[in-house]
Amino acid sequence: MLSVNRLSVHYGPIRALDAASIRIGRGEFVALLGPNGAGKTSLISGIAGLVRAQGRVLFEDREIGALPTEDRVRRGLTMTPEGRHVFANLTVAENLRLGAAIRRDREGVAQDIEKYLGLFPILRERNHQLAGTLSGGEQQMLAIARSMMSRPRLLMLDEPSLGLAPRIVAQMFDYISLLKEAGVTLLVVEQNVMQALKHADRAYVISSGIIRHEGKAEELRSDRRLIDMYLGN
Amino acid sequence: MDYAIQQGLNALAFGSEYALIALGLALVYSIMNLMNFAHGEIIACAGYSMYLAILIGIGSPWLVAPIAIAAGALVAVLFERIAFRPVRHAPTTTGLLTALGVSIVVQNLLTLLISPRPRAVPVFSELSRTIFIGPYAISLLQLLELAVVALAIGGLVLFLKHSTLGLAIRAATREFSTVRLMGIRANRVIATAFALSGLLAGIAAIFIIARRGSIDPTFGFQPVIKAFIACVIGGFGSLGGAVLGGMLLGFLDVAIIVLLPQEYGGLRDAIAYSIIAGLLVWRPEGLLTRRIELGDKEI
Ligand SMILES: Nc1ncnc2c1ncn2[C@@H]1O[C@H](COP(=O)(O)OP(=O)(O)OP(=O)(O)O)[C@@H](O)[C@H]1O
Ligand SMILES: [Mg+2]
Repeated sequence: MLSVNRLSVHYGPIRALDAASIRIGRGEFVALLGPNGAGKTSLISGIAGLVRAQGRVLFEDREIGALPTEDRVRRGLTMTPEGRHVFANLTVAENLRLGAAIRRDREGVAQDIEKYLGLFPILRERNHQLAGTLSGGEQQMLAIARSMMSRPRLLMLDEPSLGLAPRIVAQMFDYISLLKEAGVTLLVVEQNVMQALKHADRAYVISSGIIRHEGKAEELRSDRRLIDMYLGN
Repeated sequence: MDYAIQQGLNALAFGSEYALIALGLALVYSIMNLMNFAHGEIIACAGYSMYLAILIGIGSPWLVAPIAIAAGALVAVLFERIAFRPVRHAPTTTGLLTALGVSIVVQNLLTLLISPRPRAVPVFSELSRTIFIGPYAISLLQLLELAVVALAIGGLVLFLKHSTLGLAIRAATREFSTVRLMGIRANRVIATAFALSGLLAGIAAIFIIARRGSIDPTFGFQPVIKAFIACVIGGFGSLGGAVLGGMLLGFLDVAIIVLLPQEYGGLRDAIAYSIIAGLLVWRPEGLLTRRIELGDKEI
């Protein structure tokens, strides 16, 4: 479904991502793991077109590397940025509406809004409240629901568990697994290595801008050496 | 009593004109961090479109007014497309200098192509009438101005609250990249903000022309300076602040005219600006402040 070939991202003289190649199959849940500053955000921002990147990005067999972000989203590839970035000055309902901005099927949109308000009941309670007044966990739920409103086929989540209490983290992963069951392909950046490996099918490990390892999540979970080397705390 | 009502209406009319122009400045500033000093030339172009319309024989105010509004929106969108889009990702000062450049170029073009001297635009002379509501003599023009500005602001609020593009404009004031992640085209959001600001400038141009009866190339300069001050008073980038600032400035202008003895007339601006300076010492960020975060505007 997604095939990234030797993608590099530079910020001035800083090389944040160095010829990274990854592949994701339809319906897979892939985790992207690595220490702080490894280049995880740079990789998925490059895939989404939010930063300038060299290399090839194939999405559903089409080269999308030259398209602006908007067009990639319109083709079914989207991302929930790190730190949530809900529209703080808009209500929860308005956030969800904007998430569906590219869709024309009013009824489908209304159904999806119902669906996500059902999945995240707290959002229904807060529907007419400004998103900026939600708690961190609630904002993360809103950010994910908002991304889902565009009906993406590939959703990239950047650290969905960032800043959440452990109990909420587990809950968040349950929600993410529900998205997978609904047929969305997932690329999830995580610092919560064990939680991520428990839910994901496959994982990439990245450090200093270079992909160091790729493998089944189960196998990686028991690979103490690799975990200590790149992902230990 | 009559006098008080008359002056109150005066203040409201001035204030609403400033508010209209300030709203245009704030709309563009809030999503692009661009202080559009060429806004005055949008007003001027809308004014000249009325002059040209009359030249080619369109005499009815009912036709001339919509032409001015459309011209305002069109010119604003053209400015964005030609001048501001290429420097969108450049530092703020580049945008500011671009705006000043556009302003100078357009003023010179108007001087060269039309005339440096004022030209009469007599189309709204019928509006300069006094009507009587009960025992009170009231200027028809001011009454109309108030009504139209109220309608325009109401329409703008509805648009920003209910249309997808309006929501996107509000969201883009803080989270531009995230708006793009919704699949909404950045260019459309920005062009719409410019179009709206031009529309408001066009409406303002109509009422300035109706009051003055003539136009010259520096036509838009004075009103934009006032609107800029209104934005500063209200808190830069805040739309509510722009309206509030404009209204306050209108009242301040009129209050000074009314209260200042005639022989000190020359001190009018000095007094107005001293009061505003005092206001800003008290609230340096303006009255309705909202910190604008622009951290995610690259690319
Ligand atoms: N806008 C930028 N300008 C300059 N350098 C940047 C920028 N964004 C990221 N970097 C640098 O690029 C490198 C990779 O950053 P990136 O954000 O991709 O890491 P990350 O793996 O997402 O880290 P974290 O886990 O902390 O989010 C870091 O060294 C970072 O300092
Ligand atoms: Mg990151």
